[in-house]
Amino acid sequence: MSELSATKELDAKGLVCPMPSVKTALALEGMKTGEVLKVITDDPVSKRDLPLWAKSTGNEVVGIEEDGTLINIYLKKIE
Amino acid sequence: MTIQKDNAGSVTLVLFSGELDKAMAAFIIATSAASMGMKVNIFFTFWGLNILKKDKARFAGFNIMQRMMNFMNFGTARKLAMTKMNMAGAGPAMLKMMMGQKKVPTLPAFIKMAHEMGVKFYPCEMSMKVMGLTKEDFIDECSEVIGAVSYLSEAKDSNVNLFI
Repeated sequence: MSELSATKELDAKGLVCPMPSVKTALALEGMKTGEVLKVITDDPVSKRDLPLWAKSTGNEVVGIEEDGTLINIYLKKIE
Repeated sequence: MTIQKDNAGSVTLVLFSGELDKAMAAFIIATSAASMGMKVNIFFTFWGLNILKKDKARFAGFNIMQRMMNFMNFGTARKLAMTKMNMAGAGPAMLKMMMGQKKVPTLPAFIKMAHEMGVKFYPCEMSMKVMGLTKEDFIDECSEVIGAVSYLSEAKDSNVNLFI
């Protein structure tokens, strides 16, 4: 359904602040530079927070898809 | 697992209060900052020391007044009151239930997570001396005991400083 491909998926459904960014940080920590993490969340705040998180940690958001109440955020590990 | 980055800045928190609601606020900020690669130090002082206490700290103290204080002021991360609507412990019990329903981690889970992310916990020497507490009364995640000068030397170079 998506053209974006991810190396790894993180199911963050039902999690609220600060867990989506904490889990994302921990998941990316175990990945290699250039790999893409797909974060699946149903928390609308994460749509704003995760790109800001990425900006401050030097990683890159390569895409955001919305699928009903679900939001998929694709993060590429840079650092 | 530490995810600290050299250029991400740092956060220094003073946790003076010993209530569940304020401690939660401190740990939400601490874990968020740690997830952003920031260096985080939490300086626990006075009532805030309760958050670091082990169960046995209820009987700590070297004289009768210290023992009385530690017995009456007892609390651990699992057992703290709230600043409002405490209702003899019914308030915290209900809050924990409500947080559980929303998948918010418990305070002990936040402490463990913060520690694993490299957040440092420093107890205040002076409060410990006054209350007759030793490092053995605190959880193992706790770093060394420090004084106000050590706190200030961290705080003056921090980007975010909060007193909770």
